[in-house]
Amino acid sequence: MSELSFGTGEVDKDRRRVLTAGATVVGTIGATAVAAPFLLSMQPSEKAKTAGAPVEVDLSKLEPGRKITIEWRGKPVWIVHRTPEMLKTLDAQKELADPDSANVEQQPEYAQNVYRSIKPEYLVMLGVCTHLGCSPTFRPDVAPTDLGADWKGGFFCPCHGSRFDLSGRVYKGAPAPDNMQVPPHHYVDESILLIGAA
Amino acid sequence: MGNLLANTLNWVDERFPLTKMWREHLSEYYAPKNFNFWYYFGSLALLVLVNQIVTGIFLTMNYKPDAGLAFASVEYIMRDVEWGWLIRYLHSTGASAFFVVVYLHMFRAMLYGSYKKPRELIWIFGMLIYLTLMAEAFLGYLLPWGQMSYWGAQVIISLFGAVPFIGEELALWIRGDYVVSDITLNRFFALHVIAIPLALVGLVAAHILALHEVGSNNPDGVEIKKHKDANGIPLDGIPFHPYYTVKDIFGASVFLVIFAIIVFYFPEMYIFFLEPANFIPANPIQTPEHIAPLWYFTPFYAILRAVPSYPWLMGKFAGVLAMGAAVMVLFFLPWIDRSPVRSIRYRSNAFKAWLTIFIVSFIGLGILGMLPADPIKQKLSQLLSIGYFGFFIALYIISKNERCKAVPDRVTWK
Repeated sequence: MSELSFGTGEVDKDRRRVLTAGATVVGTIGATAVAAPFLLSMQPSEKAKTAGAPVEVDLSKLEPGRKITIEWRGKPVWIVHRTPEMLKTLDAQKELADPDSANVEQQPEYAQNVYRSIKPEYLVMLGVCTHLGCSPTFRPDVAPTDLGADWKGGFFCPCHGSRFDLSGRVYKGAPAPDNMQVPPHHYVDESILLIGAA
Repeated sequence: MGNLLANTLNWVDERFPLTKMWREHLSEYYAPKNFNFWYYFGSLALLVLVNQIVTGIFLTMNYKPDAGLAFASVEYIMRDVEWGWLIRYLHSTGASAFFVVVYLHMFRAMLYGSYKKPRELIWIFGMLIYLTLMAEAFLGYLLPWGQMSYWGAQVIISLFGAVPFIGEELALWIRGDYVVSDITLNRFFALHVIAIPLALVGLVAAHILALHEVGSNNPDGVEIKKHKDANGIPLDGIPFHPYYTVKDIFGASVFLVIFAIIVFYFPEMYIFFLEPANFIPANPIQTPEHIAPLWYFTPFYAILRAVPSYPWLMGKFAGVLAMGAAVMVLFFLPWIDRSPVRSIRYRSNAFKAWLTIFIVSFIGLGILGMLPADPIKQKLSQLLSIGYFGFFIALYIISKNERCKAVPDRVTWK
């Protein structure tokens, strides 16, 4: 009978500790590295990224006071043809959280005015509430019973009750923190609008 | 024949601890003899879990996780697949039933202090099960690809978008797209049918193992292991099998009668189990007039809506934080409640009053969360949110030097 022998029988605990720590560190780094491709595979794919092409819209048939909805990048974009009466309500607004559109992330520079648009009569805006992404309803009616006597026309979010004026500026105290977003857009000619490109 | 069975069992036992496990968890697991009505809901939750897994497997055989096909495939299951309607209604009713029994099961723990030392880990595993269940319900709700599926997912994913700094990136990563889309649906399907259920089953096993390690609490909240007979068996304990298996089979029978009545006659439960807006296919450019989550999320949803958004108060993140806190605070219950007395039977009137406030707030918030938002309801939601959180603060204070009644030495059951 021969006995298997491992060194002197004395355990070098320091050596063992170093090896254990080393294996743990290397193993953790390895596990993290392996996790990365899985987690990154959940990012938007190339196909999803290229799906955001600009959309062209003809405004000549949009009557004053009406709103149309265009789909761009899977989101609703509203175009509202505002009447002079509607535009008048915008100057005298007092209860707004950001009346001067000071938050530069919510609109391109050329829309940083009281109308939040290039041409005052045409509002081009992402129809998505800045609170939790619902699509607010267009309520141009003045002082309806459900919204109260102070209502001058605007947008009302049915999800959590955020209120916006006819420029998409949010009223104070609403759950939504910011004015609604104006997407990049420009006029190709007098009545042709291109959404999604500055 | 009997010999053959015994020999086979022997053969297995030498290779796998079958008889040992049977004894440990059933025939020689001694549970207190004074379990009452509230002790049905643990085994019922297990029953509903099995229902969800079995019906879920059969639903995946006909469901298509594709934005273009999903809605129609659910209607196909309802109309053309043999017994498809039954399997789907068992699954959709089971989802609500799961939350009914889990809420009652959790309330039982609050009544009898089942989360207290040495059962803190059972409670924490249970809370993890509850969180996982919420994720499972949310993910599954997108799959029919109806209007409420779509906009519900939109709102909930946007909650992550409210996290400072990383929020937008995080929401994008969850969706895998700039909007809730086919990509989102496909991954939610993967998570709903395999990832989350695996976690759920693992957590349920941990929950039960932890329970069987320390032993069950009971309506008197006394430790039955303090008094054992000569064989080391608790004097107030009875073997789980056959005593509680029989009791639980009775409970399951009553439950299944009620469950079947809902499945066959009220599968939509008016609007509570299946919402009307979800019978309309998802439309990314039109939000339904009124969005509400299913009933089991509405208490937390009402807390979210109750918190107004102010720039000096972290904006919309404040509401998200309050909602998250409403769930997370439950994890700390074993340490918030400092009273050594477990059962409500021997606790102070102050505790009973605050528990009542908590329940009224929770149910009230649940009702408010279903209704459309308006300023009066927001005020009311704020009041009830204070009641909800107030319970935990009050509990921490009153439980320090609570004047409790004398706790009996042994369970009070004749």
